[in-house]
Amino acid sequence: MTDAPDGQSAGAASSGVLGGGGGGEPGAAKERHGSLAADAWRDLKSSPLFWVSSTLIAVLVVIAAFPGLFTTRDPSFCDLSHSLETPSSKAWFGYDFQGCDLYARTLFGARASILVGVLVTLGTSLLGGFIGAMAGYYGGWVDSVLSRLVDIFFAVPLILAGLVFLSVFPNFGIWGVVAALTIFGWTTAARIMRSSVISTKNVDYVTAARALGAGTGRIIMRHVLPNAIAPVVVVAMISLGIFISVEATLSFLGIGLQPPTISWGIQISDGQRYFLRAPHILLIPSGFLMVTVLSFILLGDAVRDALDPKLR
Amino acid sequence: MGRYVARRLIQLIPVVIGATFLIFSMVFAMPGDPIQRLAGERRPDPARAALLRDQYNLSDPLVVQYTKYMGGLFKGDFGTSFTGRPVSEIFADAWPVTIKLGLTAFVIEIVIGLGLGLLAGLRRGGYADRSILFGTLIVIAIPTFVLGFSLQLIVGVKWQDYFHLPVAGVTDGWPKAYLLPAFVLAGISLAYISRLTRTSLVENLRADYVRTAVAKGLNRRRVVGVHTLRNSLIPVVTFLGVDLGGLMGGAIVTESIFNLPGVGFYIGQSTRASEAPVVVGLVTLLVLIYLFANLVVDLLYAVLDPRIRYD
Repeated sequence: MTDAPDGQSAGAASSGVLGGGGGGEPGAAKERHGSLAADAWRDLKSSPLFWVSSTLIAVLVVIAAFPGLFTTRDPSFCDLSHSLETPSSKAWFGYDFQGCDLYARTLFGARASILVGVLVTLGTSLLGGFIGAMAGYYGGWVDSVLSRLVDIFFAVPLILAGLVFLSVFPNFGIWGVVAALTIFGWTTAARIMRSSVISTKNVDYVTAARALGAGTGRIIMRHVLPNAIAPVVVVAMISLGIFISVEATLSFLGIGLQPPTISWGIQISDGQRYFLRAPHILLIPSGFLMVTVLSFILLGDAVRDALDPKLR
Repeated sequence: MGRYVARRLIQLIPVVIGATFLIFSMVFAMPGDPIQRLAGERRPDPARAALLRDQYNLSDPLVVQYTKYMGGLFKGDFGTSFTGRPVSEIFADAWPVTIKLGLTAFVIEIVIGLGLGLLAGLRRGGYADRSILFGTLIVIAIPTFVLGFSLQLIVGVKWQDYFHLPVAGVTDGWPKAYLLPAFVLAGISLAYISRLTRTSLVENLRADYVRTAVAKGLNRRRVVGVHTLRNSLIPVVTFLGVDLGGLMGGAIVTESIFNLPGVGFYIGQSTRASEAPVVVGLVTLLVLIYLFANLVVDLLYAVLDPRIRYD
């Protein structure tokens, strides 16, 4: 899905419109000064989209880290006499088929999804970023070899690859899923890093640094990477949401996470069986999953807005 | 153009070898003895097991197995399942279902996706634009299987009297039987396509050549239809190629929700039964189709954009 991020910028362009427009802040009238990061931060501060999505993400991360703060119930304590009960004041989200409290289970399920999303995004950005940077910076045969490697991994669709990988290594729980998605999901980051580095490495300040005698390592770390990394960061945030969704899909196919792990994918797959009688079992975890995916996509959009000089 | 085609074909060779080897070596690493698994609880007859092992080249090292497998591939032999059914036969049974499903989804996503994208892009900032942007974002955030169940049960079961659409397991009666699953399969791509079309249309409408065309006095229809659209379609065509991979992954989900015996359905089933030869055979076939389709897309891309051909 190389082109997915491009599609996203559409949302970015309208963010001001959707949010009612932040308007010009006093500082904007002055000449711009400071680094790209400071500039971006000033832009972000005035974006309502950024505040909404980052608040949602913050709440979800707190839930994932400390689900016990929000519920005193044990998610694995189930009472069959409550089976399929709908939401009530006693149990806000109702009960599932086994009579487990859905509110507790949904909150505890956040951890698996967010952990997989964050770890896979970190892994793919580091691996893909490194390979892409090498290919872009050195060019020539290094680029040819690495680009073919990217093509090879890109040729196997993510869900197919995950399916094969996880049926080969079935018993590694969350780490198996993280490994599968990292090994087959890094190609987008690599492609973006490569083109970003290629467009950065020939600019005047890099030539100047080289003329002053800077070594390759210093040029890459101090001059090329800081200026090439923005698109990778934006894509990473958007893919975080997509990886969470793929994890849920794999768990749903019965090959990702397995019970007794509590995860939204497993909950949804469970709820599907009783959808007609008790739709809340499927709809509530689906809603949480959707909001999480959406928050990360929107945050990526907002950051892209702030980092993209073309929109200024 | 000839040189461009030749270069793309040569680039394809290492990718085909690499991707098939990647899948093959993964399945080679599958734990357990497949012959023992086939025998179930009983101890397999040693002579029979040795015969089977020999027949499937199970005692050769990985590279030799792979070479033999690739040799067979070129002769159209994609391996046999452990029950003796050739993978090519399974594929022959299954592909009409998947092709019908995939093509229906493809048509849905192109027609609706492009339509929505054009509508949004031409009325930028308007009410339609904003609701399309918001709606597509929601669709992107819903995983395919959630969309699948919801539509299956709402449209297929609860509103059965209005739509009369089959819910599961019906494979004849195209296109009606495929409408619902195809729509589910197309969902996320449809949203991407409309956003992509909108962005690239908005960008191109600001371009100098569009201003020139307007200044020349051409009517809006011609400016948009001929000058802008051709350039705006380039990223969309690229996406369509990449998207085929997404459709193949999605087909596994959609076909198992709607119980359609297509290629994805068999892949899911044989993965759960750890029938390695079937998984490798089918996935390899899909990857080959995917690579070939992307080659076609690249050529199409070169037709749309002459700059690609000459670099």
